Amino acid sequence: MTQYVIKRILLFIPTLIIITIISFLVCRLAPGDPTEMKVGNTGESQKTDSKNQINETTKKYYKMKFGLDKPLYTQYFIWMGNMLQGDFGNSFKDNRPVLDKIIERLPITITINFISIFLIYIVAIPIGIYSAARQYSFTDKITTVILFVLYSLPNFWVAVLAIVFLCNIEYIKIFPVSGITSLQYDSLSFFDKIWDRVMHLFLPIVVSSLASFAFTSRQMRSSMLEVIRQDYIRTAKAKGLSERKVILKHALKNSLIPILTLLGSLLPVMIGGSFIIETIFSIPGIGQLATRAIFDRDYPMIMAELVLVSILTVMGILLVDILYAFVDPRIAFTKKSS
Amino acid sequence: MEPKIRVEEVKLERMLAMEDGDAAGLTDEQNKSRKEVDATYWSFVKHQFKKNKLALISLYVVIFLVLMAIFADFLAYQKPLYVKYNGTTYIPVVKDYLVSMGIGKWDADLVNANWKTLDNQNKLETVIWTPVPYGASEIDLTKNLVKPGGDHYLGTDQIGRDLLAGLIHGSRISLSVGFVAAGISVIIGIILGSMAGFYGGTVDIIIMRFVEIMMNIPTFFLIIVIVALYGSSIWYVMAAIGFTSWTTDAKLIRGEVLKVRNMEYILAANSIGLSNKRIILRHVLPNAIAPVLVSGAFAIAGAILLEAALSFLGVGVKATIVTWGSLINLANEATNAWWLAIFPGMMIFISVVSYNLIGEGLRDALDPRLRD
Repeated sequence: MTQYVIKRILLFIPTLIIITIISFLVCRLAPGDPTEMKVGNTGESQKTDSKNQINETTKKYYKMKFGLDKPLYTQYFIWMGNMLQGDFGNSFKDNRPVLDKIIERLPITITINFISIFLIYIVAIPIGIYSAARQYSFTDKITTVILFVLYSLPNFWVAVLAIVFLCNIEYIKIFPVSGITSLQYDSLSFFDKIWDRVMHLFLPIVVSSLASFAFTSRQMRSSMLEVIRQDYIRTAKAKGLSERKVILKHALKNSLIPILTLLGSLLPVMIGGSFIIETIFSIPGIGQLATRAIFDRDYPMIMAELVLVSILTVMGILLVDILYAFVDPRIAFTKKSS
Repeated sequence: MEPKIRVEEVKLERMLAMEDGDAAGLTDEQNKSRKEVDATYWSFVKHQFKKNKLALISLYVVIFLVLMAIFADFLAYQKPLYVKYNGTTYIPVVKDYLVSMGIGKWDADLVNANWKTLDNQNKLETVIWTPVPYGASEIDLTKNLVKPGGDHYLGTDQIGRDLLAGLIHGSRISLSVGFVAAGISVIIGIILGSMAGFYGGTVDIIIMRFVEIMMNIPTFFLIIVIVALYGSSIWYVMAAIGFTSWTTDAKLIRGEVLKVRNMEYILAANSIGLSNKRIILRHVLPNAIAPVLVSGAFAIAGAILLEAALSFLGVGVKATIVTWGSLINLANEATNAWWLAIFPGMMIFISVVSYNLIGEGLRDALDPRLRD
């Protein structure tokens, strides 16, 4: 077991290196001069000669400062070296350290995704079990159709529909449109504060979990169906145990194992979804920060976000893998021997 | 055992025939049995697929969408379909095609002619308009946010562009991105997957490590970054989606190749001295290709969703081109225009569901486990 865990952690290192290389190359090889943004040349405005000269000097200064005049691989090693010391560079936009900006926005994104994943599992597992236990029944057919529809719904469309129809005085106004708190949040009583938070986070959480929820539920159903066909379930039934007991006690544990690993593939999807959801609902998380950085061409910000978000995802997956090995010791064993 | 041996024999004969070319002295009987083997498998698949009503309907929906995309200019255009003016007849859509290919040329007085004003002034002798007489990016500021019904069947947006025309022309972007991006990802998946499966060893380890890493990166973020930084062009969108979503295809193909790699007919191919490339391309892949069709259908659905999401964020194709995703974004700005929120989303949803259902139908039809 320890051997397996150590091996997984060691494999984590090349993954990280490749992630940094991809992030670096994608940003550095992009056409356009990152220093343009510094002199405000993003528009098409005409500049006088003297102003151009000043701009050229400024650009040269920034090129020196950010090391853009050096060869590509040197730039990469400088960037990596700085990152290893915890220096992710300063934002082009407001010159604040990139890391600070990301860290102050991280909690809200993690909270939303954590609640979403929790809700996904809490709701999806019972639905999957029920569908599998009553295979081909009317309820099973209906839930299969509904889950299929949910799975194919574009999340941004659902978000826009929710904003148009549920946050609009013209139609129905139930939820606030954007942000995570109301303007008068500070003056509210304790319970009102909680209620305010719930109302603000309800739509983002629901919208961001729909597709993954449908996916998990379908997987749970098929996993359960597979376990039910096993011999030991037939034995349990032959012993005369009630169906309830057979499914909840004997089948559930084994059918849950593949669902747990799903978390590994769910994480990148959820994080990817955050970009759209946070932008639509104006939630000040790292997703919104990233989309803004992209539009502003804030290169240090984009690179740091790419690297950090990927590292967080990979760490999440690593955790799931190790957890998986503890739940199902066969995994560590087969992986070691192969 | 008798029939099984027969099948094996036929397989071997087929293989040899493929190697020597079809003319290599096959008797009529052998040719016939060869065809039977082919026919039984694919006609079986076809039969199974046709039994699946939902998948069949989806197939018709997709065909309809493809036709709509191809003939978009004949369905919705700012110029008439057929017009007689000053004694000459024109078919403006075709003429525009010829002009853009550099073959034809509009007369000087007609280059910037507004056919609608000419029609209103009754200057046109005969005129037949397209079913939706508006172009996708034809701006009419006097008719902004018109409700559905009336002249504009599905209403207009903030700058008076007809929504239905936008939906019809948007299908072009959506479908082409779907097909090309899925094609790129399937091709990369086939190349890397078959290499990993066939050669095994170090090649396999390196490729599979890379697959694992790619699966861990939040690709959506990577795609936004690529498209936003490298420029708004449909080609970048296709490439960015294709180059980041091949991982599942590669894993799938690898598994299939591993399954057939140790079969006797591959050994036979090896022993008659064929090159590895030839064995992979002509003997391994054809037998491993079925699941790729399934994953290709799902990949198209995924690519359509991604393209719509990119357009929605405003980083996809050029801002002047109307796409389904960009139309939903307009609804986000004008929340009172429910038609902008509903119809474009319906189009995305319908096409995504159709491709997913086709994928599921194919999977059920191809799955040998259901075959008795």
